[in-house]
Amino acid sequence: MATASDAPKAGFRPSMLIYDTRYRSITIQVFVLILFVLGLVWLLDNTAKNLAAVDKDFNFGFLWTRAGYDINQRLVEYTNDSTHGRALLIGILNTLLVAVLGCILATVVGVLAGILRLSRNWLISRMMTVYVEIFRNIPVLLWILLIFVILTETTPSPRDFRVTDEMIAAGEAPKASPFFFDSIVITNRSAVIPEPLFTRSLGNIDIGIFLISIDLLAFLAAIAAGVFANRALVRHAQRVQEATGIRPVTWWKSILLILGPPILTLYALGFYLGYGELAGFNFVGGIQVLHSFTALWLALSLYTGAFIAENVRAGILSVSKGQTEAASALGLRPGRTMRLVILPQALRVIIPPLISQYLNLTKNTSLAAAVSYMDIKGTLGGITMNQTGRELECMLLMMLIYLVLSLMISTVINIYNHAIRLKER
Amino acid sequence: MSDQTNASAPFVRREMIAEQPAPASEAGVVKWLRENLFSGPVNTILTLIGLTVIYYMVSSAWPWFRHSVWNASSLHECKEIVTSNYGEGAVGACWAMLRERWHQFLFGFYPPEEYWRPTFAFGLLFVALAPVLYFGNRKTCSVVVGTVAVLLLVYFLPHEGHPVAKFVAAASLAALGALAWFAPKRLLWFTPLYPALTFWLLWGGSVWTPVFALAGVAVGVLAYRLAGSLGTVMATSIGFLATVLWWLFLSGSVAAQVNGLLPIGLEHVDSDRFGGFLLAVVIGVTAISGSLPLGILLALGRRSDMFLIKSLCVGFIEAIRGVPLITLLFTASLLLNYFLPPGTTFDIILRVIIMVTIFAAAYLAEVVRGGLAALPRGQYEAADALGLDYWKAQRLIVMPQALKISIPGIVSVFIGLFKDTTLVSLVGLMDPLRGVTQVVRSDIAWKGIYWEPYIFVGAIFFAFCFGMSRYSMYLEQKLKREHR
Repeated sequence: MATASDAPKAGFRPSMLIYDTRYRSITIQVFVLILFVLGLVWLLDNTAKNLAAVDKDFNFGFLWTRAGYDINQRLVEYTNDSTHGRALLIGILNTLLVAVLGCILATVVGVLAGILRLSRNWLISRMMTVYVEIFRNIPVLLWILLIFVILTETTPSPRDFRVTDEMIAAGEAPKASPFFFDSIVITNRSAVIPEPLFTRSLGNIDIGIFLISIDLLAFLAAIAAGVFANRALVRHAQRVQEATGIRPVTWWKSILLILGPPILTLYALGFYLGYGELAGFNFVGGIQVLHSFTALWLALSLYTGAFIAENVRAGILSVSKGQTEAASALGLRPGRTMRLVILPQALRVIIPPLISQYLNLTKNTSLAAAVSYMDIKGTLGGITMNQTGRELECMLLMMLIYLVLSLMISTVINIYNHAIRLKER
Repeated sequence: MSDQTNASAPFVRREMIAEQPAPASEAGVVKWLRENLFSGPVNTILTLIGLTVIYYMVSSAWPWFRHSVWNASSLHECKEIVTSNYGEGAVGACWAMLRERWHQFLFGFYPPEEYWRPTFAFGLLFVALAPVLYFGNRKTCSVVVGTVAVLLLVYFLPHEGHPVAKFVAAASLAALGALAWFAPKRLLWFTPLYPALTFWLLWGGSVWTPVFALAGVAVGVLAYRLAGSLGTVMATSIGFLATVLWWLFLSGSVAAQVNGLLPIGLEHVDSDRFGGFLLAVVIGVTAISGSLPLGILLALGRRSDMFLIKSLCVGFIEAIRGVPLITLLFTASLLLNYFLPPGTTFDIILRVIIMVTIFAAAYLAEVVRGGLAALPRGQYEAADALGLDYWKAQRLIVMPQALKISIPGIVSVFIGLFKDTTLVSLVGLMDPLRGVTQVVRSDIAWKGIYWEPYIFVGAIFFAFCFGMSRYSMYLEQKLKREHR
C-alpha cells in the first residue's frame, strides 16, 4: 500500500540545490565558503602587494634586536640594551600587574558596595546607589585622566620636602611632609612607599628569564606552612568534637600557627623597611609607584567595582526569600544562614558575571596609553612599533596576546559554570 | 454567676478609652529615623560614617561652587576675581572656561559659520528617534517634534541666511510637526531618510550624492520585488547585489551629472574638523544603529545548524570580544592601509565607525543569543507547526520575544558603546574628553584647569547614558506581558 509519506522516487535535479531544504544548506555553505576564501585571498594579496610596495617583509626577527629605550616601571631586570622581546615581557608583566591588583581592589569595592546597597540603612544604600550610577554612566577614561591630573598637578614637588639648616634654625616646617609616620611620600613625580629589605638576605635564583627572590619564596612557604598546619588543627578539633561532643578551644592556636611562621621567617631574615630619602632633586630608595599606575589602578577598580556591585546585588536578590525562611525554620542563626544557605546559591549567580568583569578590566588596562603607562600597548604597540616600523607584526602580536589572555579567563568561566551547574536528571 | 464575678472583681472598665496618639518614638520623623538610620549599633555607626563623608565632600566642594566665576578670559583672571571678592585663599570654580570654549566642546574645529548644520542635524535626530522609541504614540511624538521644531526655528530664524533656505527649513519642520500630529505612524518614514540628510548636513557637498545613494536602496527594493518569485533568500540577495552595484558603478557618476545640471549643495567640511560631542554623537548613533542588525545576524548565525556559518560566526565573535577596542581602533588607523588595495584611502571617521560597530555587534550577538536561548523550545516548534519558513518564524515569533528578553543587555551594550566613543582620542580624533580637554588645557590662558572640563564632559555623558538606561526600564515596563 502506498502511503502519502512515501518520498517521490524522482532522481536528483539541480533545482533541488535551491528549493529543497535538505540540499539548500549545503549550497549556502559552499557559497559562503567560496566567498570567505576569496575574501581571505584578496586581503592576503593586498597585504603582500602593500608590503612589497614599501619594501618590507613579514617577520618577527625584530624581537631579538636591541630595544634601546628605557622603561620607567619594570618588575624584572631590563635596561635599554635588552631586546624588544624583553621589553614586550616587561609590558605584559605591567599589564598583568594592573589587571591583578585592579581585580582584587574592584572585588573588595564591588562586594562592599553591593552588600551596602541592600542595607536597611537608608543613607548608606542611597550613597551606594549614587556611587554605582555615577561610575557606570561616565566613561572610565575620564576617571583615569582625572585621577592622573590631580596626582600630577596638585601634589608638591620633591624640593618642597627639603629641610635646610636655616629652616631648622628658624623652626620652620617644610612646605610638604610625608604621610603615615613619614612612610609614604607623594610628589608630583611619583609616590614613594617603603620597600621590604633584609639584612640576612638569601639572594636570588636565576630561572633563565628573570630572577626570583629566595626571601619572597621563603616568606610564601612560611605562610603556606602556617595555613596547612592550621587546617590540620581544625580537622583534629572536628574529630575531637565528633567523638566527644566537646570542641577544644583552638582560636589562639590558630592565630599562633598562621602568624607565627611568617613572622619568625621575617625575623630570621632580618626584615626592615627601606624608606625613600630626598637626594638631590628627587627621592631615592623605597618603591617608586608611578602616578600613571596609580591612576589606572584606582580608576579601573572603582569603575569595575560599580559593575561588580550590581552583580553582587543581583546575586543576593536572586536567592528567594523562602530559602532564608526555611533556614530559620531549621533553627540556623543569621550568620550561618548567610554562610550555608544564601551565599552558595548567590555565588552561582555572582561568579560568572564577576569573572567577565575581570575580563573587561583586563581589556580596559589597554587605556594605559592615555597616561603613558608602559603596558603591552606602550612597549610593543608604542615605542617598539615606532622604532622598528613593523605595524603589522606588532599589532597582530598584541591582539594575539590579548586574545590568549581573554580565552584563558573565559576557559575559567566555562570550567566554573560546568562545575556548579545544577545536577538535574 | 456572672453577677457574682462582677461584684467580686475589684475593677471593671465600663466605657472605652479615647484613642491616643502613638508614642513619640513610634510615629513620624522619629520613627522613620529610628527604623532607617539608627536601628542598631552597626547601622548607627554606618550612618555616622556616611554623614561624615557627606559633610567632608559638601564642605570642600560647596565654597568652590559658590565662588563660581562666569566672566573671565583666563584662569589667572578667575583666581584674581575670586581673591578680590572672597578674600585671600578662597577657591572658586572657573566656569568662564566653558563660556569661552563651549563651542569647541560641542563642535571641535567645525567652521563657526556652519554651526547651524550640526545643530539642525542634532535637533532632527530626536525627530528621527521619536517614532522609533515611541512608535505610534501621537502625544509624545508630537511633543518631541513640536519642541524640536520650535527650538530650531527660534535658533535659526534670527540667523543671517538665504530667505529661501529659511523658508524651506521652516516649511519642512512644519510638515514634520503636522505629520507627527495627524499620522504619527507615518513619521517613521522620516527615520530612514535621516542618515542621508545628516550626512549631507554635516559633511556638506552636493545634495545629489546622498539622494542617489538613497536611490540605491530604492533600486534594491525594486529588484527584490521583481525577483520575488525566486524565494526570499534569492530575492534578498539579488536586491542586495543590485544596491551594491548601483552604489559602486552608477550612483557617483549620475550624481555628478545631475549636479552639473542643477548644482545645489553646502560647503564641504573635512572630517578632521569634526570634534567634541558632535564627533561622539556621530560615532555613537551610527554605530548603535548599525550594530543592532549586525549583532542579530551574528547571533542567528551562531545558532545556525550549518556548521560552516556557525564556526565563522563563533570565530568572529570570540576574536572581536577577545581584544580591547583600542587595538581595533589602531588597526583601523594603521593597518587598514595594508589590507586594502594599494592606493585606497578612506575617511578616518568612517573607519572608526566601522570598527566600533563590529565591536559592539559582537557583544550584542552574545546578548541576543542569551535571549534566544531563554526562549522556550515550544515557541520554535509552534512556528514550525504553523508552517512558517525560517525568516518568517524569526521575524514574527522568535525575535520579538527574544529581543524583549534581552532589552537590558542590549541597552547596556549601547551605553558601553557610547562611553567607548571617547577612546577615539587615542587614534588622534578630537573627542570631547581627551581631545578637546587637552586642547583647552594646553592653551596658556587655561593651563592648570582640570575639575571644570572633566565635570562638564562627565555630566553630559552621564545625562546621555542615564537617559538610555531609564528608557530601557520604561520599555521593559511597556512590553511586559505577564503578571499584569
